[in-house]
Amino acid sequence: MAASVADQRVIEFDVRTDEMLVNMGPQHPSTHGVLRLVLRTDGEVVSEVEPHLGYLHRCAEKIGENLTPRQWVPYTDRMDYLAGMNMNLGWALCVEKLLNHKLSDKAKHLRVIIAEMGRIASHLVGMGAYGLDLGTFSPFLYAFREREKILDLFEEACGARLTYSYLTPGGATADLPEGWLAKCSAFLDQFEPVIQEYHALLTTNSIFIKRTANIGIMNAEMVTDYGCTGPVLRGSGVDHDLRRDGEPIYTEMYDNYAFDVVAQKDGHYPRDPDHNYPPVPKEAVLGDCWHRFYVRMLEVVQAIDLVRQAIERYQGADGDWGIPIKLTQKLPKGEVYLETEAPRGQMGFYLVSDGNSIPRRVRARSSCFCNLSVTSEVCRGAVLADVPAIVGSLDVVMGEIDR
Amino acid sequence: MSEPNLYETLQAKFGDQIAGANLEAIDPWIEVTSAGLVEVCHFLKHDPNWQFNMLNCITVVDYFEPDPKKAAKAGWDPHLEVVYHLSSTEQKKVNGTYSMIVLKVMLPRWQDDQEGQLPEVPSVASIWRTADWHERETFDLSGVVFTGHPDLRRILCPEDWEGHPLRKDYEMPLEYHGIRGR
Repeated sequence: MAASVADQRVIEFDVRTDEMLVNMGPQHPSTHGVLRLVLRTDGEVVSEVEPHLGYLHRCAEKIGENLTPRQWVPYTDRMDYLAGMNMNLGWALCVEKLLNHKLSDKAKHLRVIIAEMGRIASHLVGMGAYGLDLGTFSPFLYAFREREKILDLFEEACGARLTYSYLTPGGATADLPEGWLAKCSAFLDQFEPVIQEYHALLTTNSIFIKRTANIGIMNAEMVTDYGCTGPVLRGSGVDHDLRRDGEPIYTEMYDNYAFDVVAQKDGHYPRDPDHNYPPVPKEAVLGDCWHRFYVRMLEVVQAIDLVRQAIERYQGADGDWGIPIKLTQKLPKGEVYLETEAPRGQMGFYLVSDGNSIPRRVRARSSCFCNLSVTSEVCRGAVLADVPAIVGSLDVVMGEIDR
Repeated sequence: MSEPNLYETLQAKFGDQIAGANLEAIDPWIEVTSAGLVEVCHFLKHDPNWQFNMLNCITVVDYFEPDPKKAAKAGWDPHLEVVYHLSSTEQKKVNGTYSMIVLKVMLPRWQDDQEGQLPEVPSVASIWRTADWHERETFDLSGVVFTGHPDLRRILCPEDWEGHPLRKDYEMPLEYHGIRGR
């Protein structure tokens, strides 16, 4: 005989699902720094995500209005603190564009070496931290083991391990020390085979694929509409990389370098199938978390290749390493905007000058700021456990978002 | 680099809404009136010849000099400039060069010259989604109201913060919730 309940409403009350507000962060370990997300959930399903920013806001732009461009270089380090070199480069080029400052070939090749090494270091953290987001600890250790060697190289070049201020308007603070290039080449030779370990740990790991493939899909139109750039844009199959498509002052650094933009075209990644990186699993859909991760991994390979080319050219190049401009150099009247391809996307700097040595307005256009703005739309309808997977795949750094 | 005939195209199409330009500048810019902004942006994004499908940045530059002696020599009247940087991920495939265009809207520092009344400019969030957060940030830090924005709140500063820090006449508060400011 079936059990009966006198009052049916008792059962209804019991199994009813309520909307619930869940607060994630700002100290949650999987939110990459101090990002706070307020999630509106119905059971396991997320109906709304509201990012709250500003916990790391230092008003760097206001500080920039009270300092000369060279004095502001250390503040750019502290924006994307995982890719300080690339931030320095963006700002240095922006100031040089205003000053119409021409660099020697040697200085340009030096910048390519440094910028691409910075990209490797940054993507290693991105990869390791993404593993942490998904609950696996070991890739993080493997990633930091190699990153440490890059930091050692950077330390030898400029004395700092995190906030470099190495590339400054006019060039760099010093030339590369003697024997540095040999150490750098030795590192690349040692590092290249290690990438296969990362592929074994994450890229081809079936749990990793289950957690990332077909999750957080963004199509090309959506990412451009939100202004997402870098691996997020290319992970959705948009063939756009400022190193090839950027402004002349930036692309001339990469003139005559052989590299392919890492984006899927007609269902294939560049150099496909002539490569030794794993194939795309059949579960993965273009624009999902897996593809964004994969683009980063391929960019590491690309960066190794670029550094090798740059080392060769640097050794044969003429000129100085680029003497920095004077600390209080007067800026010509005018305004410039320049974007460069930082590891996390297009980092833009805008500089307005009245003709004094201190600019009227300094603006940093953050790539992560735009990349993160897509969260509320892409997380809508996802299950709660996928939120860290999606936010992690955007690889945001809060220092750059809050500035 | 935007091609010079973009300016002529816009002038022919929008007439008085295009208020001026400086095509000689390092980054050539075109000035648009506040009233014509949304139409011009819609055209730039959707016209097959231009396809500016990416809004890179929205910024406000505050032209104000607190020191009267310096202000007399500055060569401009106090005003705000809203600057839009647009680029295209499509157009480069057609002509092979980097295409970026700068639009400017000139605004008074205060609406109707009444101090405390924030100036207004129409929102372009309906055209590019990027504008949503960028306009919030600009409102927060520079104090420009974007009319028609879906959710215009502060984004970087706390919601109860007073003033707009990137204004040149901004003064840091002495105290905020028991935290010493200066």
